[in-house]
Amino acid sequence: MKKKEEENFALNEQFNLTMIPGSFARKMRTCKIWQFFRFIVINIKMLIVVSKSH
Amino acid sequence: MARVVIMGGGVSGHTAATFSKKWLGDEHEVVVVTPNSQWNWIPSNIWVGVGQMQKKDVVFPLAPVYEKAGIVYKQALAKAIHPNGKESSDKPFIVIESTKKDSLGQTEELEYDYLINATGPKLNFDATPGLGNGKGQMGTNTVSVCTAEHAIHANLELKQVFEKAKKAKENGTGEKQKILVGTGHGMCTCQGAAFEYIFNIEHEAKKAGVRDMLDIKWISNEAFLGDFGMGGLHMKVGGYAVSSKLFAESLYAERNVEWIIGAHTSKVEDGKIEYELLDGTKHEETFDFAMLIPPFSGVGFKAYDKDGSDITDVLFAPNGFMKVDAKYDAGAYENWKASDWPSTYQNPSFSNIFACGIAFAPPHLISKPMTSPNGTAINPTPPRTGMPAGIIGKAVAHSVCDMIKKGKDAHLHEASMAEMGAACVASAGKGILDGSAAAMTVYPVVPDFEKYPGTGRDTDYTFGEIGLAGHWIKHILHHMFIWKAKLKPGWTFIPE
Repeated sequence: MKKKEEENFALNEQFNLTMIPGSFARKMRTCKIWQFFRFIVINIKMLIVVSKSH
Repeated sequence: MARVVIMGGGVSGHTAATFSKKWLGDEHEVVVVTPNSQWNWIPSNIWVGVGQMQKKDVVFPLAPVYEKAGIVYKQALAKAIHPNGKESSDKPFIVIESTKKDSLGQTEELEYDYLINATGPKLNFDATPGLGNGKGQMGTNTVSVCTAEHAIHANLELKQVFEKAKKAKENGTGEKQKILVGTGHGMCTCQGAAFEYIFNIEHEAKKAGVRDMLDIKWISNEAFLGDFGMGGLHMKVGGYAVSSKLFAESLYAERNVEWIIGAHTSKVEDGKIEYELLDGTKHEETFDFAMLIPPFSGVGFKAYDKDGSDITDVLFAPNGFMKVDAKYDAGAYENWKASDWPSTYQNPSFSNIFACGIAFAPPHLISKPMTSPNGTAINPTPPRTGMPAGIIGKAVAHSVCDMIKKGKDAHLHEASMAEMGAACVASAGKGILDGSAAAMTVYPVVPDFEKYPGTGRDTDYTFGEIGLAGHWIKHILHHMFIWKAKLKPGWTFIPE
């Protein structure tokens, strides 16, 4: 079976010169457990930047 | 008793007004002049534009909020500033024109002790022939998501395109609908809103089962994808510091969205645009649905001296934005410095006038200036919305309050965009379980190549990633900022 990223690379010459996430990276983007962890991490990072900016 | 007049009730003006009132109390008067009767959380307009939110979810009436806060609210359009008063009085004032139904068009002179200009931009649709209607409003060839009303219209048009795509699929004709999203002029800013809209359309098309019947294309004045008017940014990922160009291109490729960059849209017609590229070549692109962001300009204030002579050029830059404590004579790109950017936002000619948010005139671009061989400037203008607009509004309010309470020589509060960061969440599709958004922080907003010679920014505090968590944050921020704007309990604890 053709990999998802292979499909995208083949669609367009523009697309062929960049990086495209594979199936694992795509799954992790909507994996609730992983994303809950990322939610906490991103919030902490944002709070640090917000606190440095006030 | 001093009177602080704030022109504009958007993110920056509303922040300045509410904090001014909180710090000044009932001893002094805070007046807000805004032509709008409703406050709009603009970042969520893109969800109205794809039918995932209703207008009532992104707006609320201003009058009850200001009444509760003790702020005087004038629903009117500010037309002119008289910073030296008039022949019969030295008291400075502005001329306002009512936009209320029962007093529409009536003018009034409103005196002030301190004036904060937070008008936001004029949506300059007419800068591109065919993008506007020739009367300063949006034309009929394209749609916009700049206001909640525009977004409602955009959604109706989009749904028709989806319907046509669905019918073509059912009939087996294979006729695809062409969607074009991006910037409607070579000097636009706010690419982020168009970025969000194009990926929300793509997301909704998948949900509606018509993605394969749509050709979705991006057109922008950015020299490279991921510039966002900030010259791009470098993010630390997997141990690498990587340009936003690579990340943006990756997302477009993944979602099968083609791009045209370095483009100045020179003319818009029904179903067709003409554009010029940075290499000077001219092209056409057809579409069935197009959302093109207009360029911004100042709202077109006039300023008059005591004797009635026009002093607009003393207060305002040629683009209509207000002059503040920026270095406007920095010259060529090679000479630009982070210190060119303003920090107190005080007008250099009148110490009781400040500007915040989009209303202040930036010293120059943030992105590298680009011109086609034909002499057409094609580069994004600097973004001054969102978190920086709120922080600047608060800093200006603080300065004004201190000048009132401690005297005119009080220390002014500083909020340079070259010393502040920004957190930005760009939606790429709405859905509590299948949505996604690019969550980014950048520090500082304006790159400082003296402090950070490589990327201009601190890569420890500049990052970005896309995922469902970003969507959750975007959704929570929607409710948090509306809560804050309504001055509900604890509003001061929510940062700008």
